[in-house]
Amino acid sequence: MKMYLALLRMRFLYGMQYRVAALAGLATQFAWGFMEILAFMAFYRANPANFPMEFSQTVSYIWLQQAFLALFASWGYGADIAETIISGNIAYDLARPLDLYNRWLCEMLATRFARAMLRCLPVLAVAFILPEPMRLRLPASPEQLGFFIVSLLLGTCVVTTYSVLDCLAVFYTMTRINLVFAMISDFLAGAVIPLPFFPEPIRRVVELLPFAAMQNMPLRIYSGHITGSSMYQGVALQLFWLAVLWLGGKWLLRRSLKRVITQGG
Amino acid sequence: MAKLYVGFFLMHLKSQMQYKTAFFLTTLGNFLTSFTTLLGVWFIFDRFQVVEGFTFNEILLCFAIMTMSFSLAELFARGFDTFPRILGNGEFDRVLVRPRNTIFLVLAAKTEFTRLGRLLQSLLVFVYVLPRCGVVWSPLKILTLVLMVSCGCLLFFGLFLVYASFAFFTVEGLEFMNILTDGGREFGRYPFAIYGEEVLKFLTYIVPLALVQYYPLLYLLDQSQRVVDMLAPVIALVFLLPCYQFFRFALRRYRSTGS
Repeated sequence: MKMYLALLRMRFLYGMQYRVAALAGLATQFAWGFMEILAFMAFYRANPANFPMEFSQTVSYIWLQQAFLALFASWGYGADIAETIISGNIAYDLARPLDLYNRWLCEMLATRFARAMLRCLPVLAVAFILPEPMRLRLPASPEQLGFFIVSLLLGTCVVTTYSVLDCLAVFYTMTRINLVFAMISDFLAGAVIPLPFFPEPIRRVVELLPFAAMQNMPLRIYSGHITGSSMYQGVALQLFWLAVLWLGGKWLLRRSLKRVITQGG
Repeated sequence: MAKLYVGFFLMHLKSQMQYKTAFFLTTLGNFLTSFTTLLGVWFIFDRFQVVEGFTFNEILLCFAIMTMSFSLAELFARGFDTFPRILGNGEFDRVLVRPRNTIFLVLAAKTEFTRLGRLLQSLLVFVYVLPRCGVVWSPLKILTLVLMVSCGCLLFFGLFLVYASFAFFTVEGLEFMNILTDGGREFGRYPFAIYGEEVLKFLTYIVPLALVQYYPLLYLLDQSQRVVDMLAPVIALVFLLPCYQFFRFALRRYRSTGS
């Protein structure tokens, strides 16, 4: 456990190095958030009755999405892990007295948290003081806020276990197919449009998939679109998929490693 | 020069075809990126049939035009899109000692065929939407469409050039340019007028993306008869001048990283 904590700390400090890049990224995320909200506003004006969430809920959803982009993005992570598999340096990692799967998970989690730490506070701070239709609101109750935090952490873990699967695919393709993985999860997790905007029959299926356990859950809990008993069910769904993806990933890694032949030299 | 470019072009084609699995998977990924955007538009329009007077098919036309301009720019000008890397690893020094125009050499240094995935996507949407969007195609309208795509492509190229120029000062790429390049493509799926007057003004007078998208689209859809709207994409090309000047200015400040 101590070893994993040290790994987490190391990765976290490493991620905190890129402060200028984070600043430049902030400007982009603000502009991006504004444009998203403006587009939804146009649709709201067109037909408020067909809007599946309250407008303020959509606004909160978008700002939180921008603030925690680094936690939930499925692209841009694991390139170094894929590289060790392709180059064969994985042989060194196998010689280390650490469980490889847990180590990867730890490293990716730490990188995500480090990037998110730099970015979320400024985005949230500004989004809270914007003028009305654009303003990010606090959740209605402390209970909702608490569940949001739990769900946020669980969602990040689910995304990360998914990223590990993405890396493991390299064992079979010998090339990175991150983009394919990322596009599927981005769309089904509600990164392109929130899941409530999906047509009804499709939404009912998509809400049961592991992707719904990613950003969809915490963002909708925060904005108050998922409350009460559906909130408990939502967190249970996240726990379920986290367990499945975690065990599945470990199993797949074991299986893939059987195919690995380490040559000397 | 054209012969040289074709030589480079074929070389890139051959080299990228060496890794066929990697090529097809990345192309598929690129297809999927704009496919998810398309699905998003479809789902939204399933719910709201009209936005600001534009119907689903009209929006699809807009989406196809912007996607095609962007993917063409990315296909050919990828060298500028990955410019920070070329600067960082010293490859740019090699470009400078060659007896040809710098911009030409950077353009020729990289052609990203995996972007064909996105291009294919826009072609498919065009095939679907051209007979269905309600436009009566006359020679003038076809010319407008061609101008929108070609000038749009050049405009994105100008933005890549600005992005590359910034890299001379920072060596790292600057993420904020993404809002204009990737953002221009993503938000360009809807006519820029729906984002409100301020955004439209900015995209008309400062970074003229609306000139290759919104105004000529009005002409195509018979919502405007003005010649100036039809020729707006050509006017947008004026934007390339400051882009080019900025690149020249930045180039003079260049210092090799030494690696």
